[in-house]
Amino acid sequence: MPPRCGSIVGMDLASLPDDRTTLGRPSGPSAAAIRLRDVTKDFGPVHAVRGIDLTVEPGEIVAFLGPNGAGKTTTLDIVLGLSQATTGTADVFGLQPRQAIARGLVAAVMQTGGLLKDLSVRETVAYMASLFADTRPVDDVLAHAGISGLANRKVGKCSGGEQQRLRFAMALLSDPALLLLDEPTTGMDVEGRRAFWAAIRADAERGRTVLFATHYLEEADQYADRIVLMRKGRIVADGSGSQIRALAAGRTVRATLERADHGALSRIDGVESVEVRGDTVLVHAKDTDPVARYLLTQTSAHDLEITARGIEQAFLALTGDHGDDTTATLEGGTR
Amino acid sequence: MTTTIDPTTRRVPRLGGLNLTVLRIELTRMLRNRRTIVFTFVFPAALFLAIGSGAGTDERVGHGNVAAYIMVSMALYGAALTAAAGGAMVATERAMGWSRQLRLTPLHPAVYISMKALIALILGAVAILVVNVVGLVQDKASMPAHVWAECAVLTLVCTMVFAALGVFVGYLVPGENAMQILGPGLALLSFLGNVFIPLDSGSTLWDIAAWTPMFGVAEVSRAPLTGELPWYAVVNAVAWLAVFVAGAAWRMSKDTARV
Repeated sequence: MPPRCGSIVGMDLASLPDDRTTLGRPSGPSAAAIRLRDVTKDFGPVHAVRGIDLTVEPGEIVAFLGPNGAGKTTTLDIVLGLSQATTGTADVFGLQPRQAIARGLVAAVMQTGGLLKDLSVRETVAYMASLFADTRPVDDVLAHAGISGLANRKVGKCSGGEQQRLRFAMALLSDPALLLLDEPTTGMDVEGRRAFWAAIRADAERGRTVLFATHYLEEADQYADRIVLMRKGRIVADGSGSQIRALAAGRTVRATLERADHGALSRIDGVESVEVRGDTVLVHAKDTDPVARYLLTQTSAHDLEITARGIEQAFLALTGDHGDDTTATLEGGTR
Repeated sequence: MTTTIDPTTRRVPRLGGLNLTVLRIELTRMLRNRRTIVFTFVFPAALFLAIGSGAGTDERVGHGNVAAYIMVSMALYGAALTAAAGGAMVATERAMGWSRQLRLTPLHPAVYISMKALIALILGAVAILVVNVVGLVQDKASMPAHVWAECAVLTLVCTMVFAALGVFVGYLVPGENAMQILGPGLALLSFLGNVFIPLDSGSTLWDIAAWTPMFGVAEVSRAPLTGELPWYAVVNAVAWLAVFVAGAAWRMSKDTARV
């Protein structure tokens, strides 16, 4: 049984329409943008991805979160057809990833590399544009990306930000239906970030699906319709930002108390777990007021501390290396 | 940018993405590179003028003279250098992540490699042409017109060996250092391969040289002129082509395991 955060994953998968019937058909309007079924990927003895089921519907903006080595990049490579799944299937708009790429349905923007320094900006875009069956005009794309003024500059002479705009111009040439982004706003200022997400949002409304990997939890929470958390090659949580935050709802009361009455504490309304470590007692509860009242009025507890968990802690709790069972790590999040 | 995105209407480009725009940009790119220009146009022609205009170059060899013999050799050297440089670029582009970028387009990997081979051949042909034109202008080389043409075409075919070598070395020595190995390396191989100075047949050096990669192709390229094509030269050329192609394919497959 894979360690999952049962409530969120269960709810999310159950709420998705079951469109198995579209499988095997060439891409149709009802085909999911991404459909991974029981995907695993091994590199020799290393199990990078250990069984992922993920369905992303057209027009969704999904954030992909997880620590390094969680399997995010490997999963993205499988969606892009750069890497073959060891077992399981990956479909993009009901097609094999390579077929979707050949139709210009999928594009990706990586953080570094992918440019030739000795080409000019216009040559780079023209080169890419010539490879697709249908593309937007080169000049339009340059203008849209705000790099018309740099058209004749060599890529090697462009700043990091200008190169990043060029990468976006290249990715949007084929008007892709699915856009994969790796840490898209790294190095952008607040204003640039806001403008970037406004543009992404506008494209999503036209039906473009966006999957982005990020380390900025706030960004994921703010701009994604859905957050997928990965840890050790598995999806450990999948839901909206508020659902992920709900995982972290509640507070922990910590107090110094000799001979704590474990049973009495557990019976208080809303208490989820009680832990006694010597003279220290830790109580995790949805509502910690009754716990605090009990401890201060009915016992000799002192040095009371009440801490809340933010989305950061929820993320750490879900993706941290605290053990194999996610529910256990959730409870251990404030330790 | 206001229409709805419809994934069902997309088409696949013809010919795996091969098109003239890309060939034009790749070609201009090579011709903009100063190092390529020196290797392709200047160096082989200069060497030919230096070696091919000395005393005794009007002595007869096969169906022509010594100057013609040296001209064909220098054309081969220039074309080999150019093709190797083109091959090494494939590896450089992988290191820069450009190949990965291309893998996210409809361009088929086999089309990409064929395109690179085509560019290497075109530039090889330019290198051969330059040396031949210099030879014509200098007016010392002499051989029948059909021999002249046959030598040029055979040289171009032999250039493939070095395009494969370039890819192979490019993978072994990533980045832009590949040419720093290929440049002197090919000069040494050319020396051993009877390209710069004729080696004495039967000497120890000759016995060693007969096994090196430049030896076979040089004999093959000059065969229409000399009128002789030893079997071991053909075996040498084919064997080295196989070795370099296998080496390039092996390194490339290692590389694609994790693009």
